[in-house]
Amino acid sequence: MPEIRVGVYICHCGSNIADKVKVAEVCDFAATLPGVAVARDYQYMCADPGQELIRRDIQERGVNRVVVASCSPRMHEPTFRKVLESVGLNGYYFEMANIREHVSWVTEDPVAATRKAKALVAGAVGRVELHEPLEERYTVMNKTTLVVGGGIAGIEAALKIAASGNSVWLVEKEPSIGGNMAKLDKTFPTLDCSACILTPKMVSVAQSENIKLLTYAEVVKVDGCVGNFQVTIKKKARSVDLAKCTGCGICTSKCVVKVPSEFDGGLAMRKAIYTPFPQAVPNKPAIDREHCRQFVVGKCGVCQKLCPAGAVDYDQVDEDVTETFGAIIVATGYQQMDPSVGPQWGYGRHENVLTALQFERLVNASGPTGGKVKMKNGETPKAIAILHCVGSRDVNYHESCSRFCCMYGLKLAHLAKEKMGGEVYNFYIDLRCFGKGYEEFYNRVLDEGVHFIRGKGAEVITDRDGRLAVRVEDTLLGRWREVPVDMAVLSAAAEPRADAERVAQVLGIQRSRDGFFLEAHPKLEPLKTATDGVFIAGCCQGPKDIPDSVAQGAGAAAEALSLVTAGKVKISPVIAGVNEERCSGCKVCVPLCPYTAIAYDEEKKICRVNEAVCKGCGTCVASCPSGALSVKHFTNQQIFRQIEEVAAV
Amino acid sequence: MSGAEFEPRIIGFLCNWCSYAGADLAGVSRLKYPANIRIIRVMCSGRVEPAFVLKAFAEGADGVLISGCHPGDCHYLEGNHKAAARARMMERLLAQFGVEPQRFRLAWASANEGEKFAGIVKEMVEAIRPLGPFRRPFARMDDLARLETEARKDAEPAAGGETGA
Repeated sequence: MPEIRVGVYICHCGSNIADKVKVAEVCDFAATLPGVAVARDYQYMCADPGQELIRRDIQERGVNRVVVASCSPRMHEPTFRKVLESVGLNGYYFEMANIREHVSWVTEDPVAATRKAKALVAGAVGRVELHEPLEERYTVMNKTTLVVGGGIAGIEAALKIAASGNSVWLVEKEPSIGGNMAKLDKTFPTLDCSACILTPKMVSVAQSENIKLLTYAEVVKVDGCVGNFQVTIKKKARSVDLAKCTGCGICTSKCVVKVPSEFDGGLAMRKAIYTPFPQAVPNKPAIDREHCRQFVVGKCGVCQKLCPAGAVDYDQVDEDVTETFGAIIVATGYQQMDPSVGPQWGYGRHENVLTALQFERLVNASGPTGGKVKMKNGETPKAIAILHCVGSRDVNYHESCSRFCCMYGLKLAHLAKEKMGGEVYNFYIDLRCFGKGYEEFYNRVLDEGVHFIRGKGAEVITDRDGRLAVRVEDTLLGRWREVPVDMAVLSAAAEPRADAERVAQVLGIQRSRDGFFLEAHPKLEPLKTATDGVFIAGCCQGPKDIPDSVAQGAGAAAEALSLVTAGKVKISPVIAGVNEERCSGCKVCVPLCPYTAIAYDEEKKICRVNEAVCKGCGTCVASCPSGALSVKHFTNQQIFRQIEEVAAV
Repeated sequence: MSGAEFEPRIIGFLCNWCSYAGADLAGVSRLKYPANIRIIRVMCSGRVEPAFVLKAFAEGADGVLISGCHPGDCHYLEGNHKAAARARMMERLLAQFGVEPQRFRLAWASANEGEKFAGIVKEMVEAIRPLGPFRRPFARMDDLARLETEARKDAEPAAGGETGA
């Protein structure tokens, strides 16, 4: 075995590290550590000249182990491994000491910071001497991608993948794809009809040969890893055979049960056998078993008798489908906060207080009133209030901004003005018109005579005649006002879906503090997650308007395709193995493995690790009473040495 | 040493996916916390063997932290549950060794809980500081022998009392 010659490189990271950590002192200290042949400090180790320093020392000075003390290994470990590999040294003869995120950025005192940096460098040097060369493993990439969620982001992702000639499954929980966008009337700032631009895409999904569409279905289990996710999808019993149904609609028209329509925000009724909206894809009904008389009282059977195609099937049961996918795109969207959580807004207490999505249905030509703005009593309101930031930018509900409400508030103000004349008031904190053409749209709405009152609508009250009024502190006038109106529209916060926690756990996604799904890096990896091969797009990551959701859907498709088209995918060589001499065959490890990667060999009376299934968590290793199990790159010897060294400084 | 405040040395075993990333976020957010912790990265909190904890104390650590993903969020499904089970065992074991409970902690910190992570470190440092340096009771054979005798003395009358009742 050749002599171990460690090269240590302390990065200044401009002033990010060097302002707090005395870099030269750490460098001098490193030079005194056993095994260290070269110790240097440099402005930016990740930049080309920094990388070149390492390369030259490996080639000219016989360095055969490398320690870089700089930022988090979660950032640049792959960068430096490649540097080693570029000059023929195994990439795993490398260790990083995180002296930026874990030292310079979190420590006040330069002396304490310098000492901590020395300890971490000592740990890395001690450990790297014990590193073993590891070979990257590759697995064959399954060519099919799974898209979860059939709103605009998921639709866009599926269409883009299909257009590339690759196959994709689109799974939607509801009986139709379309998501929240399908409920909207017009879209800001161009006032395109939402359905007119969305439905052609929905139809393309149904027509594409490369897209397998599963509606009324949910992902319930995900096993495996990038390249080979084994996904179990529960197809809920629709009670209608999609292969037989022609979508004629006789069943729906004859059904006697009426239920408030979720799609219309409860402003209209639907039947128990229903398609959520006229342009639904697939345009075939589902039976809502919670309300259907056949299921609730056990007799009715009208739809089955009248169906000319014989498609109604009360005996259908939930069915699990299991399929293997290479990559997964999650686009499960958002939900609008239920404003009845805040009684001050009067939602659910006063008639004619609506959420913005309900008002969208009201101004929609295919909505419950045929696009006429009407109050409960059928009259046209003379004055409408639009309350911004209902539950957003409010530490009592959601601290964050919901981002698109300012703009749809303006849009709804424009539509209300156009449809009913009268007075329209916007109650706002700030108007955030951030996108292309948005400020211009604001100016247009101003010119149309919409009133803007700077102050958060504090309370919606009623006078004796039942007329509504909005109480507000007008911060421009500096006094409290009560503005009488006939109808109040609440721009309720966009929040994570009620099932976001379950979806996150099934798919192995982390969530940020606001409950939305967490991206791998807030700036540079907005679509990736901590799990390789799982991507996020659209509002499940945080509130977004339509163009941003579409862009993310397309971006996530590109992420998935870059994996799929590569044909194979690199997987970590950090996996567990058994020393057969030492294994006593006690089987303690077998049930501990979450991936059932460990099996007992009856013949040899020992346990074996299936390398293709092992993910390298090391839980089995920690439990092995005979020390027969070990996990590569995190061996006991390596960690013991690291403990010794960091504790000694 | 007299006059200067005692600065405990804490070794933290952090899982790669949640807590290490949470500690990174504390850095990115420039949250200041005491420099007393030395972080060792493991892929999963389930990897942390009881021997790592004992080794850390034996090498002079004044406190040991294990931190991983919240239950239900483990990158490896349930490694953190195993860590929790082992931590309960460790707490009892360390108590028998005479190690103060403040010196050992298992805490969940997710990738977005930079603030929580910084808080955990602060709390640990403050809890350990009044205890003074760790004495390594189990590293000395004479101590062990003494503890054993004491334990036997403690156990005998109690056991007798119970069987008699």
